[in-house]
Amino acid sequence: MDKPLPLNPTPALQRPSRLTRLRESDLWFSFCAHPSAIFAAALLALVALTAFLAPWITPQNPYDLAALELWNSEIPPIWEADGQWPYLLGTDTQGRDILSAVLYGSRISLIIGFASVMLALAVGLALGLVAGYFGGWIDNVIMRVGDVLLSMPFILIAILITAIASASLPTGLKDVLAAPILIFAIAVPSWVQYARTVRASAMVEAKKEYVQAAKLIRVKAWRVMLHHILPNCLTPILVAATLNFGLAILSEATLSFLGVGMPPDQPSLGTLIRIGNQYLFSGLWWIVVFPSIQLCLIVLSVNMIGDWLRDALNPKLR
Amino acid sequence: MIAFLIKRTANAAFVMLAVALLAFVIFRFFGDPVEMMVNEQATLQDRIELRERLGLNDGFVTQYTRFVTNAVQGDFGISYRNQQDVMVLIKERFPATFELVLVATVISLVVGIPAGVITAVYRDSGLANTLQLGSIIGVSLPSFVVGILLILAFSVSLGWLPAFGRGETVDIGWWSTGLLTPSGRAALVLPAISLSTFQVTLVMRLVRAEMLETLRADYIKFARARGVPTRRVQWRHALRNCLMPVITLTGMQIGNLIAFALVTETVFQWPGMGMLFIQAVTFVDLPVMAAYLLIVSLIFVVLNTLVDITYAWVDPRLRDDSARGNG
Repeated sequence: MDKPLPLNPTPALQRPSRLTRLRESDLWFSFCAHPSAIFAAALLALVALTAFLAPWITPQNPYDLAALELWNSEIPPIWEADGQWPYLLGTDTQGRDILSAVLYGSRISLIIGFASVMLALAVGLALGLVAGYFGGWIDNVIMRVGDVLLSMPFILIAILITAIASASLPTGLKDVLAAPILIFAIAVPSWVQYARTVRASAMVEAKKEYVQAAKLIRVKAWRVMLHHILPNCLTPILVAATLNFGLAILSEATLSFLGVGMPPDQPSLGTLIRIGNQYLFSGLWWIVVFPSIQLCLIVLSVNMIGDWLRDALNPKLR
Repeated sequence: MIAFLIKRTANAAFVMLAVALLAFVIFRFFGDPVEMMVNEQATLQDRIELRERLGLNDGFVTQYTRFVTNAVQGDFGISYRNQQDVMVLIKERFPATFELVLVATVISLVVGIPAGVITAVYRDSGLANTLQLGSIIGVSLPSFVVGILLILAFSVSLGWLPAFGRGETVDIGWWSTGLLTPSGRAALVLPAISLSTFQVTLVMRLVRAEMLETLRADYIKFARARGVPTRRVQWRHALRNCLMPVITLTGMQIGNLIAFALVTETVFQWPGMGMLFIQAVTFVDLPVMAAYLLIVSLIFVVLNTLVDITYAWVDPRLRDDSARGNG
């Protein structure tokens, strides 16, 4: 990861290449010194790679109903007595290959998690900057809205949004818009945290002389905010965003598990667990266990990276 | 202090009014209450009369005021789905959720505090590292996955504990408790464990951080120098000073636990408020959804306000954030 550097590096010096700068940074050193961070990054890279290459590496397309054969249903994983090639992790009751479904599902989970973090970041940073820079009534309005959102449990807001959206949309549109609705529903309760962090730094920075100077020479407000204030508060934001990425994936899975998330014909990991949950008592344990394991691995690796990043970027711990 | 009390209470009241506005908008504008209440044969005349009787033709502010006034008196209207008083439905389900949350909280404290102390005191030992790893896994495991895996292990494979329902309950007044019967207690074990996993790791991480800080304090060194046994210093002198934040966290998390109980309740078919809410979501039963939102937020806001007030009472510096604060 390279961070946007502060303005104006000394022009006389030859600037080292990006790769060199990365290799010589404290962050890279800390990364190499933490086996758990390397392990987590490798795991996440593997998961993301297999998820995005899913159409080319999986034995079947789990969305293609024509590829499903009923006589291939309920096959246990390959190491069990009745296991069959190429169904490494077995099949579900409709003959869908579990491994393919898990990889396709991971892709949906990762995309929704990432997109909702990005949306929350964009909204939170913008509102936080505006609130902290301008102050006054606009600050009051934004922060009061944030207070109200934080006074309701996260998961409850997300459920209400998805429930209301799907109740007021026509049936055909509901499934098409399932992913955008989820992204929105998860972003709504999570932007407040970013806004609060940025607002605090923006308030401090806005009083400093360089901002006064910039104002004096009539630099536009948005330019001051984006180029001068924002880079100064990116570190805590980066840590929060990483940890929230894990939380967003968990929230998506929870909503889908509760039945207000992704529909069964484009299942995320949560939907797969919801489907598998129905066969808990019929001995078909692999339908529910493998999506669960995958979900836990994704969130675990994201959280491990987040934890490491928090410690590595914390100047008090250096 | 009185000024702070008034300010904090006013703030809480404002937040609740805003949440009520949200609940009101959900209740009033997503789906037509009249269409939800009448049956197919109702004539246009009936509908117009019902509309008038429900006061749906009044102005927005009048309707909102009426909604708030009724809600304050515990009147959330009639459920669309089973034509029962919403408050009665919630009152029936509340004990189940409350007992689940209570037991989960107790588990989180009983497991989380010792685990936190151990990871802080025996830093870098095998046991501490295992617990640390366990804590990060605990944060990453979604509670419904924990629930499903527990059911697979202890109900399906081993057959030790029930996988769904509340077992036998005993009525004490309007409160139905599952704590007094063996089957009720057995039914509580798995849901409570799965609800508490996240909370256990929170408590453990907090205790660890606080202990690491406290153990460096002078009075700890002094106690050791005085000849107080190490173990006593760690578990009495140091731990005691770490408990205040733990109590705060526990208080503030109860609202979250009640909300998260809806996931656990779905997994274990636990007949609590959360199940009621999820069913209401499936059937677009708006009065129940609005009532649940209001009640859970109320618990949330009241607890947060109490915590803030307690802190200000203990520590006078926190009372005034405008005059002395600002940097």
